[in-house]
Amino acid sequence: MSKDQSTYRPDALTGNRTLLAIAIALSIVMMAPVAWLVGLSIKDNKELMLGTESVFELPYTLVNYVNILYSSQAFGWFFNSLVVAIGQTAGVLILASLAGYAFARLEFPFRKTIFVIVLFGLAVPEQAVIIARHQMFNWFGLHNSYIGLMLPGMSSAFGVFLMTQFFKAIPKEIDEAALLDNASPMRIFWKVLLPLTLPAQATLGIFTFLHAWNDYWWPLISATRKEMFTLTIGIASSQTNFAQSEGLGFLSAQAVFASLPVLIVYVIFQRHIVTAVSGGAVK
Amino acid sequence: MAESYRRSQWSNSLFILPYLSVFVVLLVFPLFWGAWLSLHKVDLFGPGRFVGLGNYVRVLADPVFLQALRNSIIFVLISVPALVVLGLFLALALNKTTRTTSFLRGLFFSSSVLSVTIVTLIWRFVFIPGDGLLAVVSEQFGLQPVNFLSTSGWSLFSVGVATVWWCVGLPMMLFLAALQQIPNDLYEAAALDNASPWRVLTRVTLPSIARTIMLVTIIQIVMQFQLFGQAQIMTNGGPNGTSRPLVMYIYEVGFVRWDVGKAAAASEFLFLIILVAATAQYVISSRNSEASE
Repeated sequence: MSKDQSTYRPDALTGNRTLLAIAIALSIVMMAPVAWLVGLSIKDNKELMLGTESVFELPYTLVNYVNILYSSQAFGWFFNSLVVAIGQTAGVLILASLAGYAFARLEFPFRKTIFVIVLFGLAVPEQAVIIARHQMFNWFGLHNSYIGLMLPGMSSAFGVFLMTQFFKAIPKEIDEAALLDNASPMRIFWKVLLPLTLPAQATLGIFTFLHAWNDYWWPLISATRKEMFTLTIGIASSQTNFAQSEGLGFLSAQAVFASLPVLIVYVIFQRHIVTAVSGGAVK
Repeated sequence: MAESYRRSQWSNSLFILPYLSVFVVLLVFPLFWGAWLSLHKVDLFGPGRFVGLGNYVRVLADPVFLQALRNSIIFVLISVPALVVLGLFLALALNKTTRTTSFLRGLFFSSSVLSVTIVTLIWRFVFIPGDGLLAVVSEQFGLQPVNFLSTSGWSLFSVGVATVWWCVGLPMMLFLAALQQIPNDLYEAAALDNASPWRVLTRVTLPSIARTIMLVTIIQIVMQFQLFGQAQIMTNGGPNGTSRPLVMYIYEVGFVRWDVGKAAAASEFLFLIILVAATAQYVISSRNSEASE
């Protein structure tokens, strides 16, 4: 979203003070649960056992965060999430760029038909294929492996669709110039067009990374061994028996720790994420 | 030279081959394999005999399935209107770009980047009896708080609250993008007529973004019909299955009870429902270029 879009509108309703005040009030309601979580995370577990009202009183402590450092499990899960998310992102970028370039620029037999079929893939919910996918991964012994966790996300048609749009947006004159030099399609793709799609790569890359990092459904089914959990699954598993075992403070600190990477990515790349999400939805 | 670039060539299809193989192996094949499984008696040890529509009959005769289907529909009916109305409201309130509104937009969207595990943890800490934020706050006012997560009726509602909190960013962003597309002269004409803000809203703004409202509604129906994680973690479908959605039913039948054929049949029902919604979405969004609005 570029800045010049923010034009003044003589519409009395948008930009209305009352509406803005309500929105600000809503934002406080929105943030209250987060503030509560952060509050719990900086309280001692023993103190919380006596009653969580103590969140509003001193003393505060970072002991729960220090304890994460000693919990090898959380770090192992963090590492798993990182490997899976980065691997899946790399895979999606490579596959989607190649396919997007071909759909946008090249002619080959059945191009239109194939594109329509791929588009149809956008409408297939993961749950409709999950049973069969689980069996297939079983045949090849891919459960509880990094590659098994990465692969399903790479089949998503969303990236291909997005990259096709991006390649189409590049003016055709740019490849015509390269064609005069008798460059091959691969050369045009690699030397001329790909560098121009870097912003698009960033958009799709960040979107895929967040998606992989946050995925719950597939890792829940595929990663059944505790040491192969991703952070998302790991936190869910320590949550199910949270009352007895680990203490509210420690769990809260874990949750804050797990959300920091995505929130940092979000704050830095907000523009890219919004583009990808709204571009993808109005497909 | 340029001609050879354009000419249809088999070698050009090498570029789509890597993606296409992943697509066929991991999406197209499982789609058909799932349909095949739904027609067979399958368990943990592998496919067994052909049972025709037997699995479908078993699913439809299962009161747990019917309850889950009903729960999913109720959930869509409570969460989607809330998401659309709230998203539209926020977009209208934050449409003019200032430093404050940009910050608030970023804030309202920020929850969308969190994982379902974090979202449910946050909301469990709000709803848990005794120690939760709601319990602590209502004690201050001398109120007796409801046990939200384990009271039937309230449990699905609580899942809905967490979901709206999680998902409201996307509708807001889509509405904001649509509001930017409304031509300025429409507002200028309305200003010349001295139209009241309400009249401008109902006669200019809303009709201009009618298509987006439809689109956002369908996108949200598709998304919320796939409710799973929030319900599984927050309430585990309880009490008495009153908050078990359709996807959780598929998960339990397929991966807890390992009645794979039945789970495959149930997921075909889900697929059918999503397909209808997705087709509606496609029809509406492909009409946009013709309608001048």
